[in-house]
Amino acid sequence: MGMFESLGERLNHIFSKLRNKGKLTELEIKNAMREVRIALLEADVNFMVAKDFINKVSEKAVGEDILKSLTPGQQVIKIVNEELIALMGSTNQKLEVAPKPPTIIMMCGLQGAGKTTMCGKLGFMLRKQGKKPMLVACDVYRPAAINQLKVVSQNAAVDFFEKGTINPVKIAEEAIELAKKKGIDTVIIDTAGRLQINEELMQELENIKNAVHPTEILLTVDAMTGQEAVNVAKSFDEKLDITGVILTKLDGDTRGGAALSIKAVTGKPIKFSGIGEKIGDIEPFHPERMASRILGMGDVLTLIEKAQASMDQEQIKKVEENLRKNTFTFDDFLIQFEQLSKLGNLTDILAMIPGAMGKIRPEDVDESKIKVYKAIIQSMTPKERANPDLIKAGQRKRIANGSGTTIQDVNSLIKQFEQVKLMMKNQNNPRLRKMFGGRRF
Amino acid sequence: MGFFSRLFEGMKKTKKSFGEKLKYIFTGNEIDEDFFEELEYILISSDFGVETTSYIIDELRERTKKEKIKKTADCQNLLKTILVEILEEAAPEKLKCPCVIMVLGVNGVGKTTTIGKLAKKFSDENKKVILAAADTFRAAASDQLEVWANRAKVKVVTNEHGVDPAAVVYDSIQSFKAKNADILLIDTAGRLHNKANLMEELRKISRVVQKELPEAEYHKMVIVDGTTGQNALSQVELFNEAVDLTDISITKLDGTSKGGFLVGLAKDFDLDIRYVGVGESAEDLLEFNAKDFVDAIL
Repeated sequence: MGMFESLGERLNHIFSKLRNKGKLTELEIKNAMREVRIALLEADVNFMVAKDFINKVSEKAVGEDILKSLTPGQQVIKIVNEELIALMGSTNQKLEVAPKPPTIIMMCGLQGAGKTTMCGKLGFMLRKQGKKPMLVACDVYRPAAINQLKVVSQNAAVDFFEKGTINPVKIAEEAIELAKKKGIDTVIIDTAGRLQINEELMQELENIKNAVHPTEILLTVDAMTGQEAVNVAKSFDEKLDITGVILTKLDGDTRGGAALSIKAVTGKPIKFSGIGEKIGDIEPFHPERMASRILGMGDVLTLIEKAQASMDQEQIKKVEENLRKNTFTFDDFLIQFEQLSKLGNLTDILAMIPGAMGKIRPEDVDESKIKVYKAIIQSMTPKERANPDLIKAGQRKRIANGSGTTIQDVNSLIKQFEQVKLMMKNQNNPRLRKMFGGRRF
Repeated sequence: MGFFSRLFEGMKKTKKSFGEKLKYIFTGNEIDEDFFEELEYILISSDFGVETTSYIIDELRERTKKEKIKKTADCQNLLKTILVEILEEAAPEKLKCPCVIMVLGVNGVGKTTTIGKLAKKFSDENKKVILAAADTFRAAASDQLEVWANRAKVKVVTNEHGVDPAAVVYDSIQSFKAKNADILLIDTAGRLHNKANLMEELRKISRVVQKELPEAEYHKMVIVDGTTGQNALSQVELFNEAVDLTDISITKLDGTSKGGFLVGLAKDFDLDIRYVGVGESAEDLLEFNAKDFVDAIL
């Protein structure tokens, strides 16, 4: 994709030239830093933040002990990693909880930043954590915004409050009264999108703030925002003294310069990020993990957490057992596919695997294939799933027809299945296992 | 309010933050390295991107040398000329009816709002307009479009949540033919552009349009949020790969955003810049004109 490579890929490319060098000159570092600066700017990192960053890294990198160390390239990457983490705020910042319920979260941001969707995701996440949230519709301007929030709250299976298009301050106040009566512990207030320079609407937000004293005022920022991101964040912060930021649309190939700039400019932490279109696609923001992802070093911690949260541990265990005993069937294969798709978008998952960046291209991962395979397995009889040897030419034709696929698709699935079985057989063989470094599944 | 005053009024903040900074460097001093460095900072801060910025600065260096310009004050018009030259390549021709405009773009750029404003505009021009609510994905998207349709008093073709968008488009075309309408506006779901199957959905809609209405002028218009940074280029590239874009429109330029990426897009893609959105009301969606645009920001 040439000029549209992600920031991670570009940095990776720059550092790959340094990584294995036994010696580094000041000039080489200077040249690398020039390239890093361009990569940061192309990723929409704020101009001043990028300049500062480069200065800091260069200063540390040209120190005597770095240049003379045995692995100067690695040392430079380590400095970049540390500075990236520092830039994004060092550690994950959790949601504040009010000492006396309800906790009130007020959302704000520009039009189209994804506030309404994010309200639903927050509500869903909190409900899963055992809380009782309620979404409040204070966007009285955008056509159908109230209805959208209503649908979103149904998807999240959380309470919803609306009071038409009257004064948003009144709506917020009434919602909180009701929340106290109903034992709601978290109130999430959706507000209308607005430009930070629209004084009238900014005043309205301040009025809501003064009326209900939110525990959290979270600014929602589209991760694709350009140099403007810091101006927006600064203005909202000056007016409302925000408590944190939520980055939306951080999935896909977003280069997320905003993620790197906002904390540095406002001093306010990024608390969550939105990473997809589904209601569960929300992640706590961990600066150290984000830095690691940007530098192509993966993010195994998030991957494990995701797996634990979304996969059915019992099912996984059963499959593992069958794999070990070599009684692996198509039923197990189906479970694997199902669990894998629960993890979320495969392209995003790839970015969490150390070393996968640059080796596996997103376009190599064909998610539709998984759907096809699932359909094929579901068109097999229970007997066929348990005993794949029963699947002969006639059966293959029937299965292809039943699943709306082709015989080639069925063949390719069966081939893959056999390869997995063969691999497992070898893995279970103690002598071969030694060759794989003692790993087993 | 007239057209120019609207554009100038809407982009006042843009001009203020961009033009003011520039004024400060076009002082009348000798042209030197500091001048170019300052200009680089201003252009990058305005989302022009590194590549386009270098291109503009190289052009400026060369032409000041050729035309023997020594003072920074004389650079301002030269910079304007360079920008107008690039943007003029992307000036659009007038729409010819019957025509279909499929509106594309990532989530939250203002697709539905833009369609609503266009419906109002065309309907005021006495054109017969049909809206197709082919965003069957986002909660309440068709409700939002219906509100706009009522305001503009035009017909909107909808279907249930989750229905195949191509089916909605097919229905709307039948209605278009029956009513002998002039303009069909298709609202599509906002999607992040790297989702292969969603892109396939857009191709399918396109196939339906081309098969059912081959005689109509067909515009595939991507909408880009004016606050977007360099990601705008990858958005356009990927939508272009999916459906071979013809037009681009830019929204939300009434903030302090400069939309500098537009210059890079005009330089690198064969696209018409159709509309510029500078405010909330229907009249704030303006037809693009290179010279006015540059005058409004510089």
